[in-house]
Amino acid sequence: MNDSGSVGIVSTQTVRLFTADDPLVLASGATLGPIDVAFETYGTLSPNADNAVMILHALTGDAHAAGWHEGARRPGWWDNLIGPGKPLDTDRFFVVCANLLGGCQGTTGPSSVNPATGRLYGLDFPVLAMSDFVAVHRALVRHLGITRLLAALGGSLGGMQVLEWSLTYPEELANALIIAASSRLTAQNIAFSAVARRAIMTDPNFHEGRYSEAGVIPNGGLSIARMMAHITYLSEEALSEKFGRNPHPDAGKPGFGIDFAVESYLSYQGNAFLERFDALSYLYLTRVMDYFDPFEHPTASVARVQAHPLRFLVISFATDWRFSSMHSRRIVRRLVNAGQPVSFREIPSTWGHDSFLLEIESYHATVRAFLDRALEEGTR
Amino acid sequence: MTLRPDLALVAELIPTGSRVLDLGCGGGALLHHLAEESGCSGIGVEIDPDAVLEALRVGVSVIELDIDRQLDAFAPRSFDVVVLSRTLQTIRRPEEVLQEMSRIGDLLIVSVPNFGWWGHRLRLLTGRMPMSKELPYAWYNTPNLRFTTLADLEDLFASLDLTVQRRITLTVKGAPLTVIDRAANLMAGAAVYVLSPSR
Repeated sequence: MNDSGSVGIVSTQTVRLFTADDPLVLASGATLGPIDVAFETYGTLSPNADNAVMILHALTGDAHAAGWHEGARRPGWWDNLIGPGKPLDTDRFFVVCANLLGGCQGTTGPSSVNPATGRLYGLDFPVLAMSDFVAVHRALVRHLGITRLLAALGGSLGGMQVLEWSLTYPEELANALIIAASSRLTAQNIAFSAVARRAIMTDPNFHEGRYSEAGVIPNGGLSIARMMAHITYLSEEALSEKFGRNPHPDAGKPGFGIDFAVESYLSYQGNAFLERFDALSYLYLTRVMDYFDPFEHPTASVARVQAHPLRFLVISFATDWRFSSMHSRRIVRRLVNAGQPVSFREIPSTWGHDSFLLEIESYHATVRAFLDRALEEGTR
Repeated sequence: MTLRPDLALVAELIPTGSRVLDLGCGGGALLHHLAEESGCSGIGVEIDPDAVLEALRVGVSVIELDIDRQLDAFAPRSFDVVVLSRTLQTIRRPEEVLQEMSRIGDLLIVSVPNFGWWGHRLRLLTGRMPMSKELPYAWYNTPNLRFTTLADLEDLFASLDLTVQRRITLTVKGAPLTVIDRAANLMAGAAVYVLSPSR
């Protein structure tokens, strides 16, 4: 708890950014309010409010990116990157991380109560788009007194939000870090999401999304969704290195239980997920990723960022097959050909998609070099 | 930061305000200089990890990719100038790379060491592979895969419809060398070419 480089004890705050009378107009045209947002901040905002970096989390992340909650056994999910002396040095940067719209960790989502009916939204919750996530983040940034972020930084779905933000409101960002992300899911990506959603929705406990009212959760479906997704987050090499074909210690004769170590691992991951994630959020958030295609209209999509250029750093990992380097190279190609200053690295790593959460020296050194320069330029 | 003499020479050849693609940009010295001194913007390409970090740190945009295989990332005529300095001799497919450069840029700047320099020729006569300040490696550890004389290189340019707008010859130590055309291939340690593709 007292390890150097930690931001120490932190807690999540909540703020109401939209109300029933002053709702958010979503990309679909539907309105949503109230919207509460859970967020954390680390470090100190400079008097000129020019050292703020916003973290956008991935599919199942939350606002607790760094430091320790009171009594917790683990630090925040990106604690290896954020803290005094770390690449996102909280002695110099002011760091903000919020749970995204439609999530289930304090920000309004499909399992929140709809004040108009007094019941939870369930499948009545409106379908969301990437731009809706960004709209809520922007409102939070304004609420914190920041007009322009020094940087926005995210991995996977987080990187997709950074890309959306940089293309639609480029004047609000000086630097964009897009890590292990995609500008357009492939059929294979969508297929994996489809199976996950089917597992959840066909669980007998799903009850058309009103499972909470029935006092149950679709735990079979949700844990299957997580187990399958988890396979895609690791490379074949990583799974082999970690488990090989090792038997589970309690495995007896061959049967249909947990015979191999990898089965035990997936089972554990699936069950642990039930305690921290909501099935409806899983449906809504994965659907946003499926539809995200910011370069659909190549010329129009980059018009705004061409008028307000910002610096991009795109990073991929060599063994990521969830969003392979091909996805990142596509983003780079679009941005370079729009005349943007773009940097790109493919980091050698055996750990697949999950690499973006790990402390990999060349990866962190890259982020550090980019952010140090950003701070020098941004606060000149 | 003072620019290495050969890069300073390249910098002088690049028009103010150009959008520049620097293939093999190293730590980004040329692009940094161009951004500060002559209002150019641009992107570097580099594969050495330490050089990439150095470039990022000084604010040069740098893309890690393989020049031999991945220049298709850049759209046709998306840069005013494409620079390949002291790199042509290290790539596997120089012909294809020059073609790609012609597709991407309106002006190409290519600098190369000259294998035909008299000192190399003498060393070959003694039965030894050439080594010099320009080519300081032994045959088994050199990053240089493609040795060419200026004469051979100019044949390749011609076959690719690349017009030599200027050729600046340098001594083996990198100082400017004034020499009559016919003697260049014998006297120059290196040369910088300004080329324009036919459209």
